[in-house]
Amino acid sequence: MAKIIVVTSGKGGVGKTTTSASLAIGFANRGFKTAVIDFDIGLRNLDLIMGCERRVVYDFVNVIRKEATLNQALIKDKHNKDLSILPASQTRDKDALTTEGVGEVLEELSKTFDYIVCDSPAGIERGAQLAMYYADHAVVVTNPEVSSVRDSDRMLGLLSSKTKRSEEGRDPIKEHLLLTRYCPKRVTRGDMLSLADVNEILAIPLLGVIPESQAVLRASNSGTPVILDQESDAGQAYQDAISRFLGEDVPFRFIEEEKANWLKRMFRFKEKEATA
Amino acid sequence: MIKNRVSKILDYFRAPESQTAKVAKDRLQIIIAHERGERDKPDYFFALQKELLEVIAKHTAISKDDIKIDMQRGEGCSILELNITLPSQI
Ligand SMILES: Nc1ncnc2c1ncn2[C@@H]1O[C@H](COP(=O)(O)OP(=O)(O)OP(=O)(O)O)[C@@H](O)[C@H]1O
Ligand SMILES: [Mg+2]
Repeated sequence: MAKIIVVTSGKGGVGKTTTSASLAIGFANRGFKTAVIDFDIGLRNLDLIMGCERRVVYDFVNVIRKEATLNQALIKDKHNKDLSILPASQTRDKDALTTEGVGEVLEELSKTFDYIVCDSPAGIERGAQLAMYYADHAVVVTNPEVSSVRDSDRMLGLLSSKTKRSEEGRDPIKEHLLLTRYCPKRVTRGDMLSLADVNEILAIPLLGVIPESQAVLRASNSGTPVILDQESDAGQAYQDAISRFLGEDVPFRFIEEEKANWLKRMFRFKEKEATA
Repeated sequence: MIKNRVSKILDYFRAPESQTAKVAKDRLQIIIAHERGERDKPDYFFALQKELLEVIAKHTAISKDDIKIDMQRGEGCSILELNITLPSQI
């Protein structure tokens, strides 16, 4: 049975698509057959982040309306053959997604894939509700900022009441907190909610902390999800999150302000010289 | 580097009020606790509240503020708490 994971947040622009892309590649690179679905109907973007925008022919809504088969719409990722992308449609029809239609697509995908990552749109409308409806796991993407934390809590409420699992009285969706765009320096200064603060307020298991990183913009510029930038802090933090999801016990990194930065930089400089 | 030092020194002298993260946390804890309480109420709660108020107002002279209705969800059962302050002359 496939595991269905929704990446959700309530608030917009906090890093859901960035996270969906990196998690999907992360699972595929660990050998799991993975599909990632863009639920943001009308605002397709996952294709750009994954670097497959020019290969989109059919989309999620075409499949639901039976205008194309699932296999025709799925795009094989260029980095990993075990990963497929189902792009969102650019239609403005708000009712393009139906509960039954989404259910059928997920059931069909479940036959061949180990992990199905659902990139939720912002808000609490239909797209967001359907993205979470069939989920087994929820990655709640949160920025250390008041409105994002409040919206995340709101989503936790919906996850525990408006999903198939809750309606059927089955085991609840497993919730995971992913704190993104974290700046240890601002936390030390007292300008930003700390990891401990957010953790205390939301009180769900912590999957990872992704630092605010320039590597993320570089990654989206080039259409190669940041997890593939193995030198980068954000890329490594996403790798750690994957490990934790798979049950490994890895320490949290990039959560303290780097001390004695200049010393490190000097050593790195030396290393570079040595290898040159 | 020098900029870094200067900002560290400035931080040291900064008044604790300017540590806005603390304020953010306090505000969040209050609003989220409130919203969680509301969320746990069943959909019929608000209709129930309105109808109870109407029934009681039919027999006594009370205002909306004299009646407090709350619902608490617990393990296995929920408690509906009804608190009515009647006027001294019943
Ligand atoms: N760790 C990070 N460091 C720096 N920038 C980031 C980070 N994560 C995300 N961003 C930036 O934040 C912006 C929003 O990211 P993204 O599109 O992933 O958010 P989203 O939650 O999917 O947005 P939407 O709600 O519109 O779907 C992008 O410009 C992205 O580059
Ligand atoms: Mg998005």
